[in-house]
Amino acid sequence: MPPDQEPAIRLVGLRRVYGERAALEDLSLETAAGSSLVVLGPNGAGKTTLLRILATLLRPTGGEASVLGCTLPGEAWKLRGKIGYLGHEPLLYRDLTGRENLRFHAKLHGITGARAEARIEELLEAVKLSHRGDERTYEFSAGMRQRLAICRCVLHEPELLLLDEPDSNLDIEGREIARTLIGPGAGHTRVVVTHDPDRFLPEADQVLRLAIDAPAVVS
Amino acid sequence: MTSSRTAFAAILAKDLRAELRTLQSLPAMALFAVTAFVIFRFGLNRSHLAGSLAAGVLWATLLFAAVLGINRLFVAEREEGGFDAIRLAPIDRSVLFTAKVAALIVYLAALELIAVPIFALFFLSSAASLPPLILVLVLADIGLAATGTLISSMAVNSRARDLLVPLVLLPLVVPLMIAATAATEPLMLLGGVSYHRFGTWLIVLGLYDLIFALLGYAVFDFLLED
Repeated sequence: MPPDQEPAIRLVGLRRVYGERAALEDLSLETAAGSSLVVLGPNGAGKTTLLRILATLLRPTGGEASVLGCTLPGEAWKLRGKIGYLGHEPLLYRDLTGRENLRFHAKLHGITGARAEARIEELLEAVKLSHRGDERTYEFSAGMRQRLAICRCVLHEPELLLLDEPDSNLDIEGREIARTLIGPGAGHTRVVVTHDPDRFLPEADQVLRLAIDAPAVVS
Repeated sequence: MTSSRTAFAAILAKDLRAELRTLQSLPAMALFAVTAFVIFRFGLNRSHLAGSLAAGVLWATLLFAAVLGINRLFVAEREEGGFDAIRLAPIDRSVLFTAKVAALIVYLAALELIAVPIFALFFLSSAASLPPLILVLVLADIGLAATGTLISSMAVNSRARDLLVPLVLLPLVVPLMIAATAATEPLMLLGGVSYHRFGTWLIVLGLYDLIFALLGYAVFDFLLED
């Protein structure tokens, strides 16, 4: 990272506890803008907790966190809208159609009218769901829901992508489609949480290995 | 930041569209109210009610029917990730509170469109009390919706949601119910419609609405924190 460039993510001694159990302890790292950080670790190591803190969905218990120049949690309000978050849940309403879901999220992000419609059609076309876009999402398979969730995640053209197991439920074709929207080289800074290092390590600029009851290792 | 008006309209339209498609709350609320009126009619063995008894039967029924809708108000946000989606968006989070209050007011109005005429048919000798009753219904609905939305958002993360909502909500709406029944009572007297202290109770209802709407608006952001 050039010395004069502000990191996209900067963590110093980050800590998060649930009751008496520490999910994250003394985590420090800097991630450059436009790079891919891959987060590995066993279940319960704090990967999802880290992602939710970066997404402003969870407050850190201690330490410092700065994302895209915004200090968390104080400046979280400035950061919202710059993040694309793909978590375990697709954040889609089952009783709305695919298009209605995307329209809803577009409006929440201030994208309305013809601009919203054009963006929605572009994304549905990209994930090959145009022909199913008017069906309610409870009729979708898990893979189709994940494709639609990827559309939801990038709909507002975020600067930072926070991806928790982005390939889950996707077949080979779906993974290739996902790669075009949330893969490296699309200009986003990416944080990818995964249990599949073979798939994501080749595209990592930085790797964070979290462990239970052991210090995190950044490489 | 997305304009609050756009976000409000999006959330309200989403809720109403989902309810129209699934009919998860309104039919249950309406069916409960109608069943309760039938039980009151045969339980009290009266074909005509007046005064405080009429007002009590009407408001007790509407309140318990409303609890069914209040219980389900945030279920989709909880189970389908709506809370996270809204917390990730560049919007004032209090918009979710105002949109849910508006959605609940629509549900209550729809419930009353069905329940109040049936109540009148079962228990009232004339419909003269109904036009002024609309004012009481509107003010009580606002207060019930504000309090219900606040309690529902607190209870939705609990596994005992169905138990918590009535346990916490009912004591909080006692003042609202006292004011609503007191305002309704003179409208349903045997001798005809009276407006004795009607205005006073409307002011009490208005004050209750104001307090709980402001309270909900002020604390809702904190309730959304994980």
